[in-house]
Amino acid sequence: MSDKTIRAGIDRRHLLTLGGGMAVAGALAACGGNTGRSSSTSAAGSGSGSGSASGGGAKVTLQQWYHQYGEAGTQQAVEGYAKAYTAADVKVTWKPGDYDQTTAASLLTAGGPDVFEYGNGPTIDMIKGGQVVDLSGLLGDAESDFNPAMVKRMTYDGKLWAIPQVVDMQLLVYRKSLLEKAGVTPPETIDDLMAAAKKLTSGDVKGLFLGNDGGVGLMGAPMLFSAGADYLNEDGSFGFDSDGAAAALGKLRELFTSDSLLLGAPKDWYDASALTSGLTAMQFTGLWTFPDLTKGLADDYDCIPWPAMPGGAKSVVVGAYGSCVSAKSTNVDAAKEFVKWLWVDQTDKQLDFATAYGFHIPARASLVPQAKTLQSGPAKDAAAYAQEFGRAQSSVLWTPKCATAFGDMMSKIVKDGADVKAEIAKVKAVAEAEVKRVLS
Amino acid sequence: MTTTPANVDVSAAAAAPTRPPLGARLRGRQNQNLWFWVFVGPFVLGLIIFIYIPILWSIYLSFFESYNTVTPTKFVGIGNYLDMLKDESFRSSLGTFIVFALFIVPTTFALSLLTAILVARTRVMQAFFRSVFFLPTACSYVVAALIWKMSIFSGVRSGAANALLGLIGQDSIPWLSVTKPPWYWLVIVSARLWLQVGFYMILFLAALQRISPTLYEAAAIDGASSWQSFRYITLPQLRPTSAAVLLLLLINAFQAFDEFYNILSSFGTYPPYARPPLVYLYYVALGQGQDFGHGSAGAVILTLVILIAALVFNRFFSFRGDD
Repeated sequence: MSDKTIRAGIDRRHLLTLGGGMAVAGALAACGGNTGRSSSTSAAGSGSGSGSASGGGAKVTLQQWYHQYGEAGTQQAVEGYAKAYTAADVKVTWKPGDYDQTTAASLLTAGGPDVFEYGNGPTIDMIKGGQVVDLSGLLGDAESDFNPAMVKRMTYDGKLWAIPQVVDMQLLVYRKSLLEKAGVTPPETIDDLMAAAKKLTSGDVKGLFLGNDGGVGLMGAPMLFSAGADYLNEDGSFGFDSDGAAAALGKLRELFTSDSLLLGAPKDWYDASALTSGLTAMQFTGLWTFPDLTKGLADDYDCIPWPAMPGGAKSVVVGAYGSCVSAKSTNVDAAKEFVKWLWVDQTDKQLDFATAYGFHIPARASLVPQAKTLQSGPAKDAAAYAQEFGRAQSSVLWTPKCATAFGDMMSKIVKDGADVKAEIAKVKAVAEAEVKRVLS
Repeated sequence: MTTTPANVDVSAAAAAPTRPPLGARLRGRQNQNLWFWVFVGPFVLGLIIFIYIPILWSIYLSFFESYNTVTPTKFVGIGNYLDMLKDESFRSSLGTFIVFALFIVPTTFALSLLTAILVARTRVMQAFFRSVFFLPTACSYVVAALIWKMSIFSGVRSGAANALLGLIGQDSIPWLSVTKPPWYWLVIVSARLWLQVGFYMILFLAALQRISPTLYEAAAIDGASSWQSFRYITLPQLRPTSAAVLLLLLINAFQAFDEFYNILSSFGTYPPYARPPLVYLYYVALGQGQDFGHGSAGAVILTLVILIAALVFNRFFSFRGDD
């Protein structure tokens, strides 16, 4: 058997075609297939750190996971909170990188956390899949004290699935001096806003900044709220096939073509630099930019909620990481106790976490007056808006597939000028099928 | 000759080599087999674990409903495939990228060949030009994408492209924010060409240097023009390299991800235009979607499309030749 016969068997052309095809398929499989599966098998083998309290009287060990917060000192803070808890031995894991994906994957295994945070609470698939436990009742008397929009967002089927830790928000910020100079008052309605944006635009300075995509990714929900609509209604039915919602989304298209929107700024809407470097007079952005705004503009800025249209309401978008308990935990009760202790009872730690490192709002309204950072100027107003006008940025039943369809719709309406109602109908078809799938 | 049979037996036994023990036979002459597996084994193992098993698993998943799991239980037959084929967004992204491939493959091919010929003909500082054109290959796609997006083609006056427009008194263009006209293609295609042309240029350069100068000398004596020597000597001699480059470019075009994702995605969403199939599948199967059934079905469909394109391509541009 010589090498020659083997070579003759597969000629070079076929080898390359085959090899190329397989390599491509491999790359695809790597991208399209499988997240964390190998980690799940190996983690299952290695066993979890959450050992049960088998030794008589030994303290229970709980694993608590956080994503990596950007602000310095946060990690030390949460480790300190964990250490202060005496009823169990809490080990904090600080996870950089794709937190959402790794956490979702680890919940399938025994190697996952007992307590973990997740953006806006667990996903509907986690809830339906029985991966997280019901936390109803943990809030106790304090329930009315928590940010109502966030409690509602983390509730599904009458049960609470996470406890909001700290609240972040998005709202409309403007430069007082530029508005005064142009003789514009802070807009109360969407029409006011559009007129103001036009008036404030001169040359390379634009009136309004809604993100480099013209608000496609960011402004869908606030515009629906402006029109009194939402992604989904309370009963899970489709929420924005109304004339008002269509008109609201059409307004974004009008803004996009009005030449008064800032597009393509070096840093996107989540950064203060478009305002501080004078590229725009108004910007929809996050509360977290306030320290930079103060540094760059001193007191030359103020904030308002996103204006309303007839039939709708003003809004600010709020979001929060919610503390959840994994159903795979071997110490569910101890984990629930710890979550209650830290995020309901320990108000001093909640206040510290919300205000000492970054610029957030405590999830409990009664703590806001104690937060020094929120006692004056625009920040004080913002904190009040969060309680009064706060709307969760999405609904628990609004799955990623719905979000993709919604994003496509927004782009086609705003950038391409597509027919609004036809595009809404396409999203409706996707969303109704998804809700049906999730609820079945 | 009564002993003959015995003799035959004896001689046969003596002539037959003593069979070596099994281990030695497995190791082969001079331990050839052993060394083969020592060197090739780890790679084969890696290939099996990280490439072939995931491929087969992915194909398996594509026949199941598997949200948030890779050990699904609900068999749905070809349901996922039908869903993906009915999915307008997936179809449009496949369509867009067939058109994209038809454009980018010949363009990259022509530019790489042109730069290779120019560099090969250069008498001064050839090494310098060769390096300069090849250098972008060493640059990360992500880094290049961010420079293109934030420095060169940002929508404000400080971006390089808009600063140039400012010099001739034009308004700024928000390159990546508008779809009419689709300026974003200019950004993506220029980034891609900058990143890729150098690499294929090197392949062509190597092939060009292997063409025997005697061919050109003979042609020159026969009075061939430079176009004729290019058409009848250079191009045919480059045939094997050209075929390989074209196939690589074709696969590359369908596998587009990095520069598209980093230039066009904005905070959690990717616009529905210029969306490569892989980016769409990324949002379906990874991201927060974790819908591995549909994701895998899409991946298999995409693989088939690439396979068919490669086969069609082979039919017209086969590897025949005297290599």
